[in-house]
Amino acid sequence: MKLYRKSCLIASLLIFAPSMSFAGTKFNSGDTAWLLTATALVMLMTPAGLALFYGGMSRGKNILNTIGLSFAAYATVSIMWVIWGFSLSFGKDINGIIGSMQYLFMSGIGVKTLVGSIPTFVFASFQMTFAAITVGLISGSVVERLKFSSWIVFTVLWVTFVYAPIAHWVWGGGWLSNLGALDFAGGTVVHINAGVAGLVFALMLGKRRGFRKIAMPPSSIVLTVLGAALLWFGWFGFNAGSALSANGLSGAAFLSTNTAAAIGAASWMFVDWLTHKHPTMLGGASGAVAGLVAVTPAAGYVNIIGALVIGAVSGVLGWFGASYLKYKFDYDDSLDAFGVHGLNGIWGALATGIFADPAIGSAKGLLYGNPHQLFVQLIAVLATITYSALGTFILVKITSAVTNGLRVSDEEELKGLDISIHTEKGFEI
Amino acid sequence: MKKVEAVIRPFQLDVVKEALLEIGIKGMSVSEVKGYGRQKGHTEIYRGAEYVVDFLPKIKVEVVIKDEDLDNVLDVIIDSAKTGKIGDGKIFVSNIEKAVRIRTGEVDNEAL
Repeated sequence: MKLYRKSCLIASLLIFAPSMSFAGTKFNSGDTAWLLTATALVMLMTPAGLALFYGGMSRGKNILNTIGLSFAAYATVSIMWVIWGFSLSFGKDINGIIGSMQYLFMSGIGVKTLVGSIPTFVFASFQMTFAAITVGLISGSVVERLKFSSWIVFTVLWVTFVYAPIAHWVWGGGWLSNLGALDFAGGTVVHINAGVAGLVFALMLGKRRGFRKIAMPPSSIVLTVLGAALLWFGWFGFNAGSALSANGLSGAAFLSTNTAAAIGAASWMFVDWLTHKHPTMLGGASGAVAGLVAVTPAAGYVNIIGALVIGAVSGVLGWFGASYLKYKFDYDDSLDAFGVHGLNGIWGALATGIFADPAIGSAKGLLYGNPHQLFVQLIAVLATITYSALGTFILVKITSAVTNGLRVSDEEELKGLDISIHTEKGFEI
Repeated sequence: MKKVEAVIRPFQLDVVKEALLEIGIKGMSVSEVKGYGRQKGHTEIYRGAEYVVDFLPKIKVEVVIKDEDLDNVLDVIIDSAKTGKIGDGKIFVSNIEKAVRIRTGEVDNEAL
């Protein structure tokens, strides 16, 4: 969100939400039309984009389950969001830590209630799609061995106790927004948060049987590339929608987003070419996502040179996380939620503090004479890493107790999760 | 009677089939097989993880023929399946003791 300028506005509007209909802001149908569209774009990212991106990378016997984790995350979060998730994230601020339960079941919100220039119902829907994809991203670290019941329980717990507080800190008028941390569309809230949670979850869950001993070829790079393209498409809603308005700022965010994705794809593919002698399409698709992740916190703050640098570095960083770091330290972050999203979330958040151009988003970064911004960004990064890691650790323990363990049996894992959990096959070949 | 089993490149199947048809071999069984010989597999790389794929897809053609047709059939298969590069495949010949056409009960050469 455009929180540097808007967070105080949003926070104060939310505090007075029931009576804020025309409290100094005006409903704008252009903004509202764009945000409705953007919400639908971001929705597509989880049950289609992420599902196929991850599904294509998993083995043929697990493709349906992998897709199912994203799909189930979207449905589960959609339900809990309208009951308590939105209120916890965006309800009246309690000590900068969490929102109140005033919006339980969306109570107190009417068709004339506004956030900025858009209806609160639209804002809440838009935010719902962010919560859903964040937990969906985590599934990339734990696919091909996690019980479905554990995933559902974890999803509910994690969005309640990890996502909602961090979303509140950064976007809901909490302490990080008061500190002046910049996060246009979710570098900290979404990507660092999901990447770190994925790493912690993967470490606690353990490796897949045969990790690094047997071949685990992707079921379909075609589906992965299609998924990446759908993510790219949906990301325009994610980033340009986060301007919460239809204007020059959303246009700047749109162009930065596309630029970073394009150069991210090129740079990962190029590193593949240098190191493995071949340009790979999986590298290209992964690099596009890496670029999108890295530009997420920066989209409405940086100029086009900033977007180019952020994207170019993201492809190298994602490659480093997925093709080197994982094997060096021998952890099974299966589809690289940490390697791609965690690392690039951190890079993007810090880069925002470096490249923020006052001509775009009115915030100044290091290059424009404001080193303090980089310091604030660092605090936001460290706070997110720490809280996400600790919270995830505790919630995985609880999940394990509730669902009597986290892993499917060895036989089920060997047979594949599609048949053993769902009694279905992804393909009849 | 002889059974000729030819493991060939998948792309050569149509050529081999047409060539055998021309010399009067009117039936064959075909199966998709995987294997390796002198032609090594290939390497696949996914996000830096390298997998060596040893087994390559091939087509196995099986025909059962009269003894006197053997040399001709071998020549035709070699001719039509050959590209000159490693991986063209192999031919194996074995004796067949008996053949029966199920519909009519004809046996041996009449059943072919």
